[in-house]
Amino acid sequence: MSYIEIIRSGALTTCQDGGRPGWAHLAVPPSGAADRPSWRLANQLAGNATAACALETTLTGCTVRAHRDVTVVVGGAPCAVTVDGRPEAWGQPVKLTAGSVLDAGPAEVGVRSYLAFSGGLHPKASLGSHSTCLLSGLGPAPLKDGDTIPLGPSPAHPPLPTQWPAPWAGVSEERVMKLHLGPRLDRFTADAVNELAKGVWTVSESSNRVGLRLVGPPLRHANPEAELPSEGIVAGSLQVPADGQPILFGADHPTTGSYPVIGVVGAGALAAAAQARPGTRIRFVPLPMPQWNEMT
Amino acid sequence: MTAPHTGRNPGGRLKPLPSGPRGVLIDCGTGELARACYRALQARRVNGSLDATDLVPGATTVLVDGVEEPELLAAEIPGWVLTDDTEHTGETVEIPVCYDGPDLEAVAELWGVAPEAVGDVHASVEYEAAFCGFTPGFAYLEGLPERYHVPRLETPRTSVPAGSVAVAGPYTGVYPRATPGGWRLIATTTNPGRLWNEHREPAALLVPGTRVRFVKVEI
Repeated sequence: MSYIEIIRSGALTTCQDGGRPGWAHLAVPPSGAADRPSWRLANQLAGNATAACALETTLTGCTVRAHRDVTVVVGGAPCAVTVDGRPEAWGQPVKLTAGSVLDAGPAEVGVRSYLAFSGGLHPKASLGSHSTCLLSGLGPAPLKDGDTIPLGPSPAHPPLPTQWPAPWAGVSEERVMKLHLGPRLDRFTADAVNELAKGVWTVSESSNRVGLRLVGPPLRHANPEAELPSEGIVAGSLQVPADGQPILFGADHPTTGSYPVIGVVGAGALAAAAQARPGTRIRFVPLPMPQWNEMT
Repeated sequence: MTAPHTGRNPGGRLKPLPSGPRGVLIDCGTGELARACYRALQARRVNGSLDATDLVPGATTVLVDGVEEPELLAAEIPGWVLTDDTEHTGETVEIPVCYDGPDLEAVAELWGVAPEAVGDVHASVEYEAAFCGFTPGFAYLEGLPERYHVPRLETPRTSVPAGSVAVAGPYTGVYPRATPGGWRLIATTTNPGRLWNEHREPAALLVPGTRVRFVKVEI
């Protein structure tokens, strides 16, 4: 049989591909790999189409047994890699023979490692995606010890020859993110914008694929009584609930919300956010909101 | 294809707001105008004049996500004049319900009617799915007259059974699966599985724009 078996699922290991964009009008979160560049590069190094389904681990790594010969790349958050107890390369194609056991250890820095298998993983799909969504429950359930996941046919292109160094992005303890102000900047006090530019926020323990909960100086609503009717929100939105402590929404974010979004980070910062472990310090560089409504 | 440039805007101007480097949140001011704007955007997507990943209607907004040059879209939006198009195609979805919810009596008191009359009121309205949110398959159904708008529960329930029919604010809705919830439960539908079915196209029974009627049944 052509499959892998989860021996140790760790804190949270899920199947992730490109997710299910295009269904937000039906309240379906986009999901998909939280750190897109790492997931894409791991697939590329495994000889896969860049959108193939891979494993995404959380802080503590995972252990899998291959039930056929398969090439695997462990990338994303750096970690120790062993095969049947022998050290192997992180971030490079590693050949597994049927029956061998690969361990991706705890993340040394960052949060999420990606295990890309040549041929990709083919768990149950829903709305065209194999991604687990923590918010909606769509896609395969988070993996448990003993679960098996079918492998796809080996790709037509063999894995790329080992390159050193593979172009992995680094992971740092402090993050500086450009924040595109809007759409609801006018819902905040002028002080809130000043605070955004000079404040430092810390990633809280209760962060997950839905979003990073940030602890720091409160961003005050201009009119705390004013209600915001539910409106669509994008990945990367910095939403501010009534208590002023913002949430940076990630891959499994709700599609609508009724707290104002003060600004939105771009794709690069979103990938960095996915590797920000609890305690990481985050600063924002606010980019002015374009004055579209004065153009006409 | 109806162009979105004819007729007049019933409620005022559409206001584009930036939602990140690839998004435009169109503030329409009213729910009615948001519905019209959503239809206009869908039409533009069908005829190829709009390339976007997602169109997400909200209560009084439409989010256009995944556009390459949001500033170009933003520049044309204030000039759009939407048809006040109340023509609805497609049939009305009927949802059989039994008015037996745990908050039935509390809602009756808020409405100032007898508990037995809650179902008569609720089932007499034709609703429209204004937008989806919260969980796949959940639609915010609009149409309840203002005097029947009730506040949410002060303390949300940690689990609401699948199939519960609830009211809160200007909306009514049906929970497609067991989730936490803060709306007031007045009824139950017998077949909640119908609300969300991944193997059906579309997966949601109640997509934005769907007309809905509740039909009173005894269980």
